[in-house]
Amino acid sequence: MSKNLFEKVWDAHSVRELSSGQTQLFVGLHLIHEVTSPQAFQMLRERGLRVMHPERTYATVDHIIPTDMRDRPFLDDLAEEMMVAIETNAREFEVPLFGMHDQRQGIVHVIGPELGLTQPGMTIACGDSHTSTHGAFGAIAFGIGTSQVRDVLASQCLAMEQPQVRRVEVNGTLGEGVYAKDVTLHVIGALGVKGGVGYAYEYAGEVLDRMTMEERMTVCNMSIEGGARCGYVNPDETTFEYLEGREHTPKGADYSRAVDWWQSTASGRDAEYDDIVKIDGGSIPPTVTWGINPGQSCAVDSNLPRPEEANGDGASVAEALQYMGFEGGQPIAGTPIDVAFIGSCTNSRISDLREAAKIASGRKVASGVKALVVPGSHDIRDQAQAEGLDEVFREAGFEWREAGCSMCLAMNPDKLKGREMCASSSNRNFKGRQGSPTGRTLLMSPAMVAAAAVRGVVSDVRELLT
Amino acid sequence: MTTDNPASSIRSRISGRVVPVRGDDIDTDRIIPARYLRTVTFDGLGEHVFEDDRASSSHVFDDANYAGATVLVANENFGCGSSREHAPQALLRWGIQVFVAESFAEIFFGNCVSLGLPCMKAEAADVDRLMAAIEADPTLEVDCDIAAQQVHFGSDHIPAVVPASSRQQLLEGSWDALGQLMDEPSAIEAAASRLPYINGF
Repeated sequence: MSKNLFEKVWDAHSVRELSSGQTQLFVGLHLIHEVTSPQAFQMLRERGLRVMHPERTYATVDHIIPTDMRDRPFLDDLAEEMMVAIETNAREFEVPLFGMHDQRQGIVHVIGPELGLTQPGMTIACGDSHTSTHGAFGAIAFGIGTSQVRDVLASQCLAMEQPQVRRVEVNGTLGEGVYAKDVTLHVIGALGVKGGVGYAYEYAGEVLDRMTMEERMTVCNMSIEGGARCGYVNPDETTFEYLEGREHTPKGADYSRAVDWWQSTASGRDAEYDDIVKIDGGSIPPTVTWGINPGQSCAVDSNLPRPEEANGDGASVAEALQYMGFEGGQPIAGTPIDVAFIGSCTNSRISDLREAAKIASGRKVASGVKALVVPGSHDIRDQAQAEGLDEVFREAGFEWREAGCSMCLAMNPDKLKGREMCASSSNRNFKGRQGSPTGRTLLMSPAMVAAAAVRGVVSDVRELLT
Repeated sequence: MTTDNPASSIRSRISGRVVPVRGDDIDTDRIIPARYLRTVTFDGLGEHVFEDDRASSSHVFDDANYAGATVLVANENFGCGSSREHAPQALLRWGIQVFVAESFAEIFFGNCVSLGLPCMKAEAADVDRLMAAIEADPTLEVDCDIAAQQVHFGSDHIPAVVPASSRQQLLEGSWDALGQLMDEPSAIEAAASRLPYINGF
């Protein structure tokens, strides 16, 4: 029996066993942002500590920055204070910072791969639960809290317990209008929002094999929504091709040697897993969430569950329907929306924008709908503009923004108001998530957000693809 | 029954009154809405805990019967979603010192351990019995015994598991991992030097 990738990478980064029985795990890449790091730097100051490996640490700003204007100081004093804090901390502790006007700035989980910082076989930590995104490259990548950010800054290590590994195989062929977002929503729906607690997910199978890196990132991104702290895909030619030539990717002979090592980190053919789940990709429909957690989803052409028919889950279904203002049994398609948001670390990459633009092209955003497109990074924004996508979106009536987290979590000026209903390409539909305590979120693929934007109601994207 | 010395980092026994928070999948956005993450400290978070839930309906955190509770009892997957340590920090500042739930989200659990907040896992029926007892008599004091992995209330008690590694950290007072992580810098450097992406491909 050979090892799976998770075991190989874990073993390669194990420093020693701690008295608690946990592993002291070396962290190869530490990404930080403005929200979960200021207290960690303050803790270092209080203890008189330095950053052990500033050259393995990269900072950017994404959560709090406005995406419509970039003038400083920000109108929001608290946001300005946080910007000043990360600038001061980066300077004092000699950590590279990709600030708001740096070409390398963007959502932390978008720029890591884009810059070639994210590589197979690494351990990657960041004070953000969507760090699992980087697992798309065959890295072990997971979100941590602020005290653990402090631990990594000071020691480049974490005290961790080794999780089990579940292989999630998606085989077959995806249907028309079915995207990586639908795959991840389907997996979460099938295994449950807590199904992955205690597991790392290895995504595999024909569907994952055929996916681009951007699609794999979308799938790995939402692992945490299924309870799994990290999810990964074994590195292959698609991975190496994506990485070749990027700023931090090894060059020349180093690149060839790197590919050899990266290949060696992939799970062996006869590797063992603690669990294996198989899903038929052909059965995955365009999917929409209707509730208040990402596991509460259904096919876009189906009806909502009724509490009395939910297996032992009636109370959760009833609570979600009540919050959303829905009736059990009603169709999800045709639900009127107020806001359409295309962006976030889940779906703000160039391929997401291209797919959404195909739908928006030649159409108009429905009257009364506020629609915005927020690219994940400066680079993506430039690329989209070079392809004319910004014009497509603007002509259709979408707002075209600067890079940031925007309305995914509403720590910046982009927020829902009141009971607004938002078709969103982001990752969480929790109560109040998008900034209004009573706001409502319907998660779906970027193409289907564009479809909802132009129709004014939740729509089956397949009807607009022809 | 003796409780831990508050000045000590050892967490072996925590007694107090309980606040029962019913419902599965209570996420960290609900525990502390994102707008309160616009801060460079954790100060003052306690007053905003569950703020939007509290504004939308009557909430146990506003019920005078539960004021001063130090034990939070919850159902499944408590603390799911965002990795924000602000969530346990807010609950800690409100007064919570220990959690008993059917299950915890993983990052929340890790954050709690880093703060010396024990997370005890109990069976659904046992959590329900504990919640019912508290709702019937909110003045009931419970005793969370981390070493024995039990929660005692009145003449009753339930088993409540504290996973081995965190139990060890809480009982020996080593939950602030940084000291240990920095103990052997040569071991860290040795591990790093074995990695081709650090030492050269």
